[in-house]
Amino acid sequence: MSRPRFRVLVEGVATGELLLLTEPLSLWGGLDPETGLIVDRNHPQVGRTMTGAIVSMPHGRGSSSSSSVLAEALRLGTGPAGFVLEVPDSILVIGALVAQRLYGAVCPIVSGPRPEGSTGTWRIDHNRVVPLAKG
Amino acid sequence: MILTHSDQAMLQGEAGGAARIAMELLVATAEAEGATELLDISGAHIDGCLYHGQAGLDFGRLLLDGGATVVVPTTLNVSSLDLLHPGLYRGDQAVAVAARELMDAYVAMGCVPSWTCAPYQLPARPGLGDQVAWGESNAIVFANSVLGARTGRYGDFLDICCALTGRAPATGLHTDQGRRATLRVDLDIPDHMLDDDLLYPILGHLLGEVSGMAVPVVVGLDSRATEDRLKALGAAAASSGAVAMFHVVGVTPEAPTLDAATGGTEPETRLVIGPTELSRARGSFNQGSGPLGAVSVGTPHFSVSEMEQLAALVAGRTTSVPFYVNTSRDVLARAERSGAVTTIEEFGATIVTDTCTYITPIMEDVRGVVMTNSGKWAFYAPGNLGVEVALAGLEACVHSAMIGEVTVGKEW
Repeated sequence: MSRPRFRVLVEGVATGELLLLTEPLSLWGGLDPETGLIVDRNHPQVGRTMTGAIVSMPHGRGSSSSSSVLAEALRLGTGPAGFVLEVPDSILVIGALVAQRLYGAVCPIVSGPRPEGSTGTWRIDHNRVVPLAKG
Repeated sequence: MILTHSDQAMLQGEAGGAARIAMELLVATAEAEGATELLDISGAHIDGCLYHGQAGLDFGRLLLDGGATVVVPTTLNVSSLDLLHPGLYRGDQAVAVAARELMDAYVAMGCVPSWTCAPYQLPARPGLGDQVAWGESNAIVFANSVLGARTGRYGDFLDICCALTGRAPATGLHTDQGRRATLRVDLDIPDHMLDDDLLYPILGHLLGEVSGMAVPVVVGLDSRATEDRLKALGAAAASSGAVAMFHVVGVTPEAPTLDAATGGTEPETRLVIGPTELSRARGSFNQGSGPLGAVSVGTPHFSVSEMEQLAALVAGRTTSVPFYVNTSRDVLARAERSGAVTTIEEFGATIVTDTCTYITPIMEDVRGVVMTNSGKWAFYAPGNLGVEVALAGLEACVHSAMIGEVTVGKEW
């Protein structure tokens, strides 16, 4: 059985609980980098934490400051483990790349189909996204 | 990735350490976007000067230490501080010091201290076909849609990388193909609604919700969609969604006809927006009634014409609640010459420059609902400031401020 190959936007390996965002989220105005919590009151997943999660999102949204917010969350250790995007988003990519350069933070980002199933532990492994355990 | 000799020289550090870092990040991001080459830009607008924490400052220092100097004319977005009215800042002093260092870093790189989210209201602005690299979602959508300039959605950090190298990924909205409308939205509303300022941010909010990553083309607006109204529309669309460009047939420069906007291929998806959808969206923004806590207008920054419109509405009147007007130092200077500023200040309003009331602690402790004429402010302020909002036209905002009660005007 062949698994879908993903496009690597930011290289790396990461493991975490899958957080499936059913709508795009602007990290600026949507993620509190101090706590890692989603604070956008208009968002269906408001109140959930991004910390350590493999975040699946349809595409980016909103503010161009989201790169700064992602880099700041990664600096503070509240950021996600990685992103699986259905559509590439350069605003998240540059945030992850800058955090990597400044702090050695690892936050791989791939684009491709949304992981099937909404829970459990998943791993981004270069151009593959695989479930590790059923939730 | 096809790189020119000059691109490669920058990667090898021949233009200095900062240009090397900028080119490395630019190439990596361009590859992620699927670009195969870079193109020259004639200007940039930097959003990265707004302080969001240590990471932004660390990056600014890294670039400055590498001898960063912008190679194209570059303007700066709002920051966390109002340098003209420093007493307005009510936040943490340590944050203010860091925010100021970040601002100074970008000025030291050669950027123009414009401190505005509406760089398209500055006298020098790009025109049809100009390739630029802009940050700030409302500025991006305005540049592409209303000016016909060409920019991608540049996030913080990437914006300055483009300004330091004079290059940008040759993809997406920089290309003819990427600018074609792929979603058609027909507006089916009574003609008088086109005269209502409030139509535009509400329509923008809906456009953001339905567009996904598409470039929408709107059919059904006319010359009453002025620059100020298109600004409100785009800012709301770039908040509720990822809209970086829209066309309006007969209004925006790349849509003299529907065919021109679509490239001759009718979009597969066609939606109709009517009074029902607009009223529902409008209702979602009106979270409270009763006592009014404050009013905030000018997100994005008020233009000279909006300052004059406000002055005409408030002349000889007095506000009973804190009333904030966000604008740029450039517009402020021009509105001072016309006398509008004096009239607005006599009304009791506080004019805020260089920053905005929803991104930094300026507003006094608010009891009650905050009214705004901005779809963008209404979208972000509940999360950023923890306030309840009511969205209404400028006239209703002024009337409410005088009586101290929320009055949002009659329903559509």
